[in-house]
Amino acid sequence: MKFKVIPLILISIFFLIFVIFFKGLKNSNIYTPNTNLEKKVPSFELKSFENNNIISEKIFKNNKYYLMNIWASWCIPCREEHEFLMELNKNQKIELIGFNYKDNFKNASSFLKDLGNPYDLIVLDKDGTSSIDWGAYGVPESFLIYQNNIIKTFIGPISNDDLLEIQKIIK
Amino acid sequence: MKFVHIFLIVSIFLSSNFLKADDVKTENKIAKNLRCLICQGQSVYDSDSEFAISLKLVIKNKIQQGMSEEQIYSFVKIKYGEWILYEPEFNKNTYFLWLLPILMFIFGGAIIFKLFIIKKN
Repeated sequence: MKFKVIPLILISIFFLIFVIFFKGLKNSNIYTPNTNLEKKVPSFELKSFENNNIISEKIFKNNKYYLMNIWASWCIPCREEHEFLMELNKNQKIELIGFNYKDNFKNASSFLKDLGNPYDLIVLDKDGTSSIDWGAYGVPESFLIYQNNIIKTFIGPISNDDLLEIQKIIK
Repeated sequence: MKFVHIFLIVSIFLSSNFLKADDVKTENKIAKNLRCLICQGQSVYDSDSEFAISLKLVIKNKIQQGMSEEQIYSFVKIKYGEWILYEPEFNKNTYFLWLLPILMFIFGGAIIFKLFIIKKN
């Protein structure tokens, strides 16, 4: 009896481990961030492009959609998404807030001069600490906001599909 | 009297430096326990990406504001999810992960005990 119980336990343990690893083979090992983590807009106080103090409570107060777009003049994918932001700016139902990330004023202004300014308001995050409050990963990244809630996050540049999706949501 | 003054000033200066050194230590410890989410296999401490640099700065500010280590971990957990913490939490998804080594240790011990010690006697 003694000799039968131990091998049985060993075999069942190995079988269990085998099943776990076998199942693990099929799991994707690409990490996809959870884009529905925090819903509320974080509060912040930042300088605007015109050097005024801006508080978050004042920006997102209207009954309107907002797209907060993190961008920088040194960010190459931001150039790609820019045309879609310009397109989105034509829509009256949404306001675009630019979140200028770790940039200098001169480069940022010439970026907007060259490609056009789609933003209704630009705030400056000089050291990147405010972007952490938003749970942002880097540039570019966009948050669709309605009534002080983040309803969707777009990590990476806005594509044509994203643009269509946003237009569908705010319709 | 003058000597006492100088001594006081120097000692205050030195003690604040010690505090600063402690802060840097906790700052580095926290950064080492956080995963750099946009890097491959690097902690926030190791990484020089823009994300990691900003996060290190945030940690530094939070420590200066008087937040404890635990509070900072829960802050980043709220912002980025549990994945950012290197140490998995003990919850229903991780019971097996945490308990398996203990179970194996107990089973192994029992087997050794049965095979060798009881046999010997």
